[in-house]
Amino acid sequence: MSFETHKFNSHIAVPENLVYAKTPLMNDKPLSYCPGCGHGTIHRLIMETVEELDILEDTIGIAPVGCSVLAYEFMGTDVQQAAHGRACALATGISRLYPDKYVFTYQGDGDLAAIGTAETIHACNRGENIVIIFVNNGIYGMTGGQMAPTTLPGMKTSTSPFGREQKDAGYPLKMTELVAHLPGTYYVTRQSVHTPVNVRKAKKAIKKAFELTRHKKGVSFVELVSNCNSGWKMTPVDANKWMEENMFPFYPLGDIKVPSK
Amino acid sequence: MKGNEALAEAAILAGCDGYFGYPITPQSEIMEYLMAEQPMHRTGMVVLQAESEIASINMVYGGAGAGKRVMTSSSSPGISLMQEGISYLAGAELPCVIVNVVRGGPGLGTIQPAQSDYFQSVKGGGHGDYKMITLAPFSVQEMADFVALGFDLAFKYRIPVMILSDGAIGQMMEKVVLPVQRPRWTEQEIREMSPWATVGRTKDRHNNIITSLNLKSDVQEEHNRQLQAKYKTIIENEVRYEESYCEDAEVILIAYGTSARICQKAVDIARHQGIKLGLLRPISLFPFPEAALIKYAEKVKGFLSVEMSAGQMVEDIRLVVEGKTKVAHYGRMGGIVPTTDEIIENVKNLIN
Ligand SMILES: Cc1ncc(C[n+]2csc(CCOP(=O)(O)OP(=O)(O)O)c2C)c(N)n1
Ligand code: SF4
Repeated sequence: MSFETHKFNSHIAVPENLVYAKTPLMNDKPLSYCPGCGHGTIHRLIMETVEELDILEDTIGIAPVGCSVLAYEFMGTDVQQAAHGRACALATGISRLYPDKYVFTYQGDGDLAAIGTAETIHACNRGENIVIIFVNNGIYGMTGGQMAPTTLPGMKTSTSPFGREQKDAGYPLKMTELVAHLPGTYYVTRQSVHTPVNVRKAKKAIKKAFELTRHKKGVSFVELVSNCNSGWKMTPVDANKWMEENMFPFYPLGDIKVPSK
Repeated sequence: MKGNEALAEAAILAGCDGYFGYPITPQSEIMEYLMAEQPMHRTGMVVLQAESEIASINMVYGGAGAGKRVMTSSSSPGISLMQEGISYLAGAELPCVIVNVVRGGPGLGTIQPAQSDYFQSVKGGGHGDYKMITLAPFSVQEMADFVALGFDLAFKYRIPVMILSDGAIGQMMEKVVLPVQRPRWTEQEIREMSPWATVGRTKDRHNNIITSLNLKSDVQEEHNRQLQAKYKTIIENEVRYEESYCEDAEVILIAYGTSARICQKAVDIARHQGIKLGLLRPISLFPFPEAALIKYAEKVKGFLSVEMSAGQMVEDIRLVVEGKTKVAHYGRMGGIVPTTDEIIENVKNLIN
């Protein structure tokens, strides 16, 4: 086994006192994300899921173009990096050729809901047996905070400096509600990772999404409403507060579609 | 069999694992044949109609990155849509076969045959410094033969291989000898043969990553250098061409695909008329048969490049020949095929 387990250097951190350990599937590398950003937490939840389900040998992830383009540096699973927006097409290719594998995409809102809308909708509509992890931070983080299809009305970004105007820029796109209408999706949910309680709920949802692909009944789609404190130009604490007050009313948390028993 | 159908059947026989495509004339028969044949029941091969060529090429990327023998086919406008994906495949060094049954352009152009995607195929087509091995079939037999050859080269060099055909070869009916069935690889075989593939991480290795991203300039430059070194090895080892009547020729026609078939006829007719005409047919367009051209450049009065385009391959001939002999071009466009009379007329002009 080549995984390095977490190295403890404090005398307090002895196994008896252990309440939390980093999954060995998160590589020992400093994350490239801004402090307070949700990406790192979401990575960890996926890796914990893979570890707990013991499916490493059968799991393939797809990294997008966006802030999480380097997800493969941090995640210990096999990963392919996709062209901007095309993660669901890659996942389709792999999943069709390896029908018993766990294939997941990890995508931002620009990636999944703008340039990759067609690939997303069609993968969902074909009912591909994949997990789609959709990180919605309402903005293009990587390219410096431009407007995304998910940007809220009135929200200021570098390409909507006076706030998003519906008459020019249209309406924020609720991709998750949209794909929930398609018969090809099996499990659709919206979660967040801004508090410990929400992290636990999100973990449950992600784990359920992976487990449900065993039924081969279609896409498991998990949206995570997340912050982009750099793009939003807020401190992490303010960003989380702003997210609760503005994002959640528009993007309400909870299950949208669950498989009937 | 029709050229397109022979290629489709050859894909099944080559042990191809997956075909992903989107309909477009004049190559829709490829997917139609595969769908009707249901290769899932014969070999387990997957055939999927994608929502676009962008999706097709990225499904190919996913499958190729997981070590499978995968392919797509399209015609000119669809191949244009694939260029970003092809660039990613080249950057991530993934093996696959891409078939272009060329039609005339630019734009929606015509559904009639053309050879106007030569530049796009041999010069890269998408962004960045890269090459694809490009094979140009000139018969239904070669449509069939080049699928397995394409996969072999693709995996030998971890490179996308383009089969550059045209509407005439795709639609033409000829007798064909089909190869014997090759088995598809098992997952274990893929893990052993392609240890880089993302098939799922085993405990004895680190995670495999398929990417074309290098954020550091020196790493990217080194990656570019390695790609160029690979292309050089390909140039040294994988040139394919066929020549006829070149030894004593005064003028040599250079042509591939449909044009080469007409040129064969033109050579026969010219020889009867006492004109010493030869034909050099590049089979691989990248790598280009440079040595053969240089060999004859000193002996002939000139080369005539015959293409169904405004003159694309002729530029490569000129680059190779470097003024050692005259290089002329004769081409027709819009789906019009050059005639033997027109070709011989141009040969005579070149001699005088
Ligand atoms: C074809 C193409 N167009 C544009 C870009 C530039 N680009 C990189 S990331 C990005 C937006 C990413 O935003 P999002 O998906 O929301 O992810 P985030 O960075 O916010 O996590 C864009 C437009 C690109 N790499 N490729
Ligand atoms: S720019 Fe935004 S999304 Fe990207 S790492 Fe920073 S906070 Fe996270």
